[in-house]
Amino acid sequence: MPSRRRALLILLLLAAAAVVSVAVSLLTGSVQLAPLEVLRGLGGDAAGLGGEVVRGLRLPRALAGLACGGLLALAGALMQVLLKNPLADPYVLGVSGGASVGALLAMLFGLPLLALHAGAFGGALAAMLLVFGLAHGEGSWTQTRLLLTGVIVAAGCGALVALLLSIAPESQLRGMLFWLMGDLSQVESAWPALLVLALGLACVLPFSRDLGLLARGELSARVLGVPTERLRLLIYALASLLTAVAVNLAGSIGFIGLIVPHLVRLAAGNDLRLLLPAAVLAGGTLLVVADTLARVVVAPQQLPVGVLTALLGVPVFLYLLSRQPQRNAS
Amino acid sequence: MTNASSALLATDQLDIVVAGRTLVAGLQLAVAAGDTLAILGRNGAGKTTLLHTLANLRPPAAGRIELCGHPYADYEPRTAAYLRGLLTQSQNDSFPSSVLETALIGRHPHLGRWAWEGAADERIALAALAAVGLAGLEQRQVSSLSGGERQRLAIATLLTQQPRLYLLDEPLAHLDLGHQIAILELAQCHASEHQAGFVLALHDVNLALRYCRRALLLFGDGRWIAGPSRDVLTAENLSLLYGHPLQAVGSGPSSYFIAA
Repeated sequence: MPSRRRALLILLLLAAAAVVSVAVSLLTGSVQLAPLEVLRGLGGDAAGLGGEVVRGLRLPRALAGLACGGLLALAGALMQVLLKNPLADPYVLGVSGGASVGALLAMLFGLPLLALHAGAFGGALAAMLLVFGLAHGEGSWTQTRLLLTGVIVAAGCGALVALLLSIAPESQLRGMLFWLMGDLSQVESAWPALLVLALGLACVLPFSRDLGLLARGELSARVLGVPTERLRLLIYALASLLTAVAVNLAGSIGFIGLIVPHLVRLAAGNDLRLLLPAAVLAGGTLLVVADTLARVVVAPQQLPVGVLTALLGVPVFLYLLSRQPQRNAS
Repeated sequence: MTNASSALLATDQLDIVVAGRTLVAGLQLAVAAGDTLAILGRNGAGKTTLLHTLANLRPPAAGRIELCGHPYADYEPRTAAYLRGLLTQSQNDSFPSSVLETALIGRHPHLGRWAWEGAADERIALAALAAVGLAGLEQRQVSSLSGGERQRLAIATLLTQQPRLYLLDEPLAHLDLGHQIAILELAQCHASEHQAGFVLALHDVNLALRYCRRALLLFGDGRWIAGPSRDVLTAENLSLLYGHPLQAVGSGPSSYFIAA
């Protein structure tokens, strides 16, 4: 029996975990800072190294992790509803492929950072419009058609990425590879992405019960009065946009969008009224934790954060999956 | 449409066309409160398409449909869901869900945008599950149910929706004999006690004769016959309907049909 109280309790716990993860991320790094120094740095009245490190480096990075993880997890949860496929992730419809092609092109020509962002965002939108235009062509908008078109566009983008990598000069190859694996160190300000995330969540929360019905089947949802066609358009556009913003922020970080909705589903059930906000919080937390580890595990070297999201996510996922039968029986 | 105002559902000159083929032409039909109507016909004769059209899931090729005296255009989708429900032939379960959670989705049209299911909704769902013999299975995962149990869960979900007009597409599919009778008795009793209307696509002529007051025969080429079951379900009509000779055994209220 779904209940609002249980949902609020779980969301509160997840919010607390998110706050703790950001705090830990602010406290860790190659420069040792005491908690008090970090607090003063946040307040803005600390001159010198402490304030600079906290405000200039650690805070934007932690917030970027929070935003990017939340965006990807929400986009993943929406894609899984849209395609009625638990294996769907934000990248399945070619959005990140398009973004990668755009960003790598900008890098290849040595364009400034702004052009890289513009390239990534433009590529993502182009892929999204291409998939939507082709899949929508005949008026029939089945998820199989959408999925196939998206997978093909993604494959085409993958080939283009390989082509760009093979002709890129040695000096730029490392930056390109890091971008492809996802990297939070280049972020200047995460506030726009956090704003998009908040708006996206505010957009879908009023429809979360309708979305739950849509995930159960188009026909039965329509019988119960859900305007499925409009709703599918909304979540397609929204999920693509959220993905584009996330990819633009930190490159293509894999795995979060696929695994976080499942983590929440396994731990807290499949009610989208809880699942959507919980996935946002859990996704943000997971990425902040992974990024903190990526910074410190082999410091001063940094690992690509995408590698750590997978290394953290897989065991947790497998554990939850294996204890699932017991939960059924009880 | 002489009695349109008192009817839950009324059609006027309704045409059903699928892929250029006219399956039903000029259908005049009225389902009143307390009525039970069986739809019979061969595979592909248009039973499902007619039910979907009556539920406003697809537009008719021509003609008008009125639900409780108003065309569907007058209703918000959710208001229509308040008045009519449909049991579809297949249910999809990509994502895990418990039996009770699944039954509770029937409450959707009754709940506000931000509302959660309350104790009253739960009582309704539990009663519906008990009515189809699924009491005690509330916490089970849907994926662990048998085919017949899933079918009864779908019926319970429809009962939880509490519409005034029930459209059921092959409600007896996957059910054993005992449950077939139980579901039909449930429909009959629900129709008379709650003044609900039932339209059921069935394949069993004898059950239709026994439990449905009226019958609609679809011949799949545009022709149709509707009327009281006793009058419409004759050996002659049914032999024509199924393309196989049927024989009436016995006479009067206890007569039944067997395939010759």
